[in-house]
Amino acid sequence: MANSVLHVADVHKSFGGLQALSDVDLNVEEGTTHAIIGPNGAGKSTLLNVCVGRIKPDSGHVVFNGEVLDAHTPDEINQLGVSRVFQTPEIFPDLTLLDNVMIPAFAHRDGSFSLRPFSKLRHETTIRQEAEQVLSDVGLEALQTREAASLSRGDKRRLELAMCLIQRPKLLLLDEPTAGMARHDTNRTVDLLKTIKARGMTKVIIEHDMHVVFSLADKISVLAQGRIIASGTPDEIKGNPKVQEAYLGGAQ
Amino acid sequence: MKQMLSREPFALLAFSLVILTMPIWLAPLGANYPDLLQKFTIYAIFAMGFNILFGLTGYLSFGHAAFLGIGSYAAVWSFKLFTMNVLPALFFGVAFSGLFALLIGFISLRRSGIYFSILTLAFAQMCYNLAYSVLTPITNGETGLQLTLQDPRIIDRALAEPGKGLPSTELFGLSMSGYSGFYFCAVVLIVCFFISRRIFYSPFGLTLRGIKSNQSRMNYTGFNTRPYTLTAFVISGMFAGLAGSLLAVTDPLAGAERMQWTASGEVVLMTILGGVGTLIGPMLGAWIIKYFENIFSAFNPETLQSFFSFLPEGLRTVAVDVSSLFVGEGWHLTLGVLFMLIVIFLPGGVMEGWRRITRRFGGGSGTKPASSPNAAVQPAE
Repeated sequence: MANSVLHVADVHKSFGGLQALSDVDLNVEEGTTHAIIGPNGAGKSTLLNVCVGRIKPDSGHVVFNGEVLDAHTPDEINQLGVSRVFQTPEIFPDLTLLDNVMIPAFAHRDGSFSLRPFSKLRHETTIRQEAEQVLSDVGLEALQTREAASLSRGDKRRLELAMCLIQRPKLLLLDEPTAGMARHDTNRTVDLLKTIKARGMTKVIIEHDMHVVFSLADKISVLAQGRIIASGTPDEIKGNPKVQEAYLGGAQ
Repeated sequence: MKQMLSREPFALLAFSLVILTMPIWLAPLGANYPDLLQKFTIYAIFAMGFNILFGLTGYLSFGHAAFLGIGSYAAVWSFKLFTMNVLPALFFGVAFSGLFALLIGFISLRRSGIYFSILTLAFAQMCYNLAYSVLTPITNGETGLQLTLQDPRIIDRALAEPGKGLPSTELFGLSMSGYSGFYFCAVVLIVCFFISRRIFYSPFGLTLRGIKSNQSRMNYTGFNTRPYTLTAFVISGMFAGLAGSLLAVTDPLAGAERMQWTASGEVVLMTILGGVGTLIGPMLGAWIIKYFENIFSAFNPETLQSFFSFLPEGLRTVAVDVSSLFVGEGWHLTLGVLFMLIVIFLPGGVMEGWRRITRRFGGGSGTKPASSPNAAVQPAE
């Protein structure tokens, strides 16, 4: 069995009377793509929020590469090597695409705070080239000097993906990376994610599109009403009657 | 031309040329007297520094006049205690305002948006009231802090016998009144422009822009934003302190009214009028406001009579009556109308107007120099 990169141990979280996550136990192994599926409101995004420090769990722990994440702030968790694509794209709307991608690159290179107010941006050729490369990886190279706010929803997602990729995270969390994309763009994104997988990056992906899930995932966990009802390889999940009932059957 | 100006030496050269020739090209506008020229440069520094916080980082401070006042008090105390040389005065002005900015920023930056603005406003009003009444021994209350014949001035006295009457501020023997005062302020402004420009085009500046654009994304991207915002706050506070001490250099007295909230509001107006987040916009805004304050307010019915003398008698009376509302005491009205027009039709201020004009006539693109223009354009697949 490969090394576990992310270990979610017994996490509970409730909002008021709503039990969003109960007894969630999850092991993500190094280099794999772990998909989390489940009906709306199952707690998928809450789970990712717990992982990046946006929400503190009521009990239980999230352990990343041996480091307990509960006490860390979001920027520290990112510096440990966790990047995230949000469900609604979180980008820098009034900066150019190139700037959008260069900012995370600086965070990756210089740490959470670096004060060199007089160094020149135009001398940062390495980072600029990296940024151009990543933008062309996601297919946005033609729009480099555009303002990010002017992008379509699908393009914003790809931009956000580029912002995460340039940091070469050890763990990439993707919250519905293809939602709002045309079929053609979805295929592109899936191809891109396959390429990243070849580089050995560990990923956790939340996705509704079963085509995407089954073409990417090594392992799938099914979340329903805050509980993991099944975990296994795609074939195991396909054949699991509980899953059929809770999710696949109901949705299709 | 545009390409050339994006290179640092050319930008600095062009800027210095424009500033140092101000007495010449402002002559046709009637604004080339030293007192006003000094104000132009000093308030340009104030607005430029304010823009680093408001324009780049997106934090609207309503209390920056406090740092202006602290800079003035520190400078006058340096004149009183040590020497009439202006360099120590500038040093103390910048140091003290930086210290206060660190303290006020540390507390205020725990909040953002309107709460941050209110906190800074509260702090500034506290500083104003302290200066006005509580700290009278230090600030001399409502009279304001002035030079007196009994001042110790230890360094000056150690070097030479004091002359008769009040001494004037000097830079190694060069008196800082009139045009020499203006040129001194102008050199300081050029240095400030250089610093501000470097910040704009540095990764640090890009980070500040990121904070303005989406602070929560910055956190999830691995930035600890608090030290960045605090640094921006302190830098802009130091710019304000520098401007305040220059005010004391050109006229060595400091009063509490300099710290009042209207003065803080004024720098917000300057920045918005000129163009938030642009390098020279805030300076242009400062010039416009100071020009109106000093020139329009000096107009009286007689000047208007001669201005409209080409009109027939009846029309002239009407024209003079109407326009006299907008000059003299009523210059605020003109400024208000101008401000409204700009905010409604040109939200990016004077600089946006300039960009629109160049785009229309030059066909030039409005891309930032930070981004590379020679990206190969390829079809999507």
